[in-house]
Amino acid sequence: MPNIIVLVKQVPDTNAKILVSGESVDLSAVKMVMSPYDEFALETALQHKEAAGGEVTALTVGGPGAEKILKDAKAMGVDHIVRVETSSSMDTNALQTVLKQAITNLGAEVVYCGKSAADTGAGSTGPGVAARLGWASASNITAATFDGGVSVMTPGNGGNVKLSVPLPAVISCDKGNLKVRKANIKGIMQAKKATVDVHTIESPISTVTVVNQSLPPAKPAGKSYQGGDAAAEVAQLLRDEANLL
Amino acid sequence: MSETIVIAEMNNNAIHPSTAELVAAAGALGSEPTLIVPCTDASAADGATSWNGISNIIAAKSSAFENYDAAGWASALDAVMPQGTIITGTSPQSKDLAARIAGHRGMPVVQDVVKIDGNQVTSPVYSGKAMQTVSLGGASVISVRSNVFSPVQEGGENNVSVVDTTGNIATSVQEFMERASKRLDVSEANIIISGGRGMGSPENFSHLEAVADTIGAAVGASRAAVDTWEAIPHSMQVGQTGKTVNPNLYIAVGISGAIQHLAGMRSSRYIVAINKDADAPIFKHADYGIVATWEEALPVLHNKLQTMME
Ligand SMILES: Cc1cc2nc3c(=O)[nH]c(=O)nc-3n(C[C@H](O)[C@H](O)[C@H](O)COP(=O)(O)OP(=O)(O)OC[C@H]3O[C@@H](n4cnc5c(N)ncnc54)[C@H](O)[C@@H]3O)c2cc1C
Repeated sequence: MPNIIVLVKQVPDTNAKILVSGESVDLSAVKMVMSPYDEFALETALQHKEAAGGEVTALTVGGPGAEKILKDAKAMGVDHIVRVETSSSMDTNALQTVLKQAITNLGAEVVYCGKSAADTGAGSTGPGVAARLGWASASNITAATFDGGVSVMTPGNGGNVKLSVPLPAVISCDKGNLKVRKANIKGIMQAKKATVDVHTIESPISTVTVVNQSLPPAKPAGKSYQGGDAAAEVAQLLRDEANLL
Repeated sequence: MSETIVIAEMNNNAIHPSTAELVAAAGALGSEPTLIVPCTDASAADGATSWNGISNIIAAKSSAFENYDAAGWASALDAVMPQGTIITGTSPQSKDLAARIAGHRGMPVVQDVVKIDGNQVTSPVYSGKAMQTVSLGGASVISVRSNVFSPVQEGGENNVSVVDTTGNIATSVQEFMERASKRLDVSEANIIISGGRGMGSPENFSHLEAVADTIGAAVGASRAAVDTWEAIPHSMQVGQTGKTVNPNLYIAVGISGAIQHLAGMRSSRYIVAINKDADAPIFKHADYGIVATWEEALPVLHNKLQTMME
């Protein structure tokens, strides 16, 4: 029966307005939530357990504030919740080295994560952690079935590809047709009482460091037209002014 | 800056033209790159022999490059690539490869770079609601968005060294599933026309398809359209929980412009919006905004484009 780990990350609510004060983003007034794609990873992990048995551990790296999303994961049905304490901001090499160590310590046959986090949008964690573990990886999957290994659907070759992924593996999840389960009352009660396992792991030095954060440059106001007939003029401008088409 | 390496963007064993932009990005980091061409047939590398700004070309030839497998590609490339800062494109596969190679070599990775200034690179964060500049303290992997750097020009003369390599492929293909439609996917297209709930019904997407087929565009959709209508698949969804796109032209029809939709398309070079509500938020981001119903505007647009494309 597989030990299943799902990586979850706390990010600003995607509806939130992002403010910059001085040289960095100010998130003090922003509601924090589980990154949306991580919910698909969590759902896939729980379905894997339902099909093959085993246990699911939700793992996050972050400060004590990040425990809220672990409780949310617990309410949805994971067995264990683990937070790795962070000291400072880490580049992807430092973060993924920490995750590799945490996964090795916990022991797992399969790790699920979101295809990208809503804050960075990078999508580096799944394939990067897999490489550091020396495991197989499949990314941006839109469906999974469980049969000893895992079979996944992923975009590729101008269509979709059905892949057999041998375990151990790290699999990053896109939305697909998944409906993410809602926590029930029993789950919410259990989550309230659950304790978060806190681990500390030494991280290597980060060589990529943040210089500053800023608002995107404002786009100059566009041209505005009334009525459908203007579409002809706009088409012409797309060629003459924008050099497109 | 130390040595730079560009991994060519590939499309059916041919170099994708956007690779010339990645070579320019390497130039911005301060060096003429080694261009690595992952291929099954070394003639694929011929596409870049006359480009400027390249120090040398390595055709990395392996059966591992037949189908994408992150572990297989990363190990096959690692075996033939020099050390240094590595540059890839930002297709979903390229970003995956960038992260996998960075992991393989114990390096950091920075994705979606849109600006390079010395050793400082800038990427959008918080779905484009902010920009973040980081400094690369050592060799790193970066993926660079298209339509940011002007491609290097023809005029150079580069030799190709062909190197055989092997990769440890982890996954195996069970089945290829054709896309139902012959049209481009939104993640590949340079022009996208998307419809939202304002299209009224999935059948009305045929009007978007007609325009798309005239100008070689892909058809996309808002989440409301995908969630409301069974016939509009999630693969068409643009936005926070759909695809992030960066085309030259994005035409939004009957889409209000919710922040999660903007997250997926706001970095498009030109945005056209057609919406009957003059207060729709999408107009704040449009280069050309047309306040009209799509019933009025799309036939005019389609006709005009047909004449222009003749
Ligand atoms: C966590 C999360 C993730 C999300 N992810 C995404 C995502 O990935 N992508 C996404 O798109 N959304 C996403 N959303 C949803 C988003 O908030 C909006 O609900 C959605 O984008 C609205 O889609 P719409 O613009 O098509 O519909 P609406 O907001 O209903 O807008 C329809 C528009 O059509 C116009 N209209 C109506 N009739 C006509 C006509 N005849 N001619 C012209 N115009 C007309 C109306 O004026 C209106 O502006 C997400 C939401 C959340 C909470």
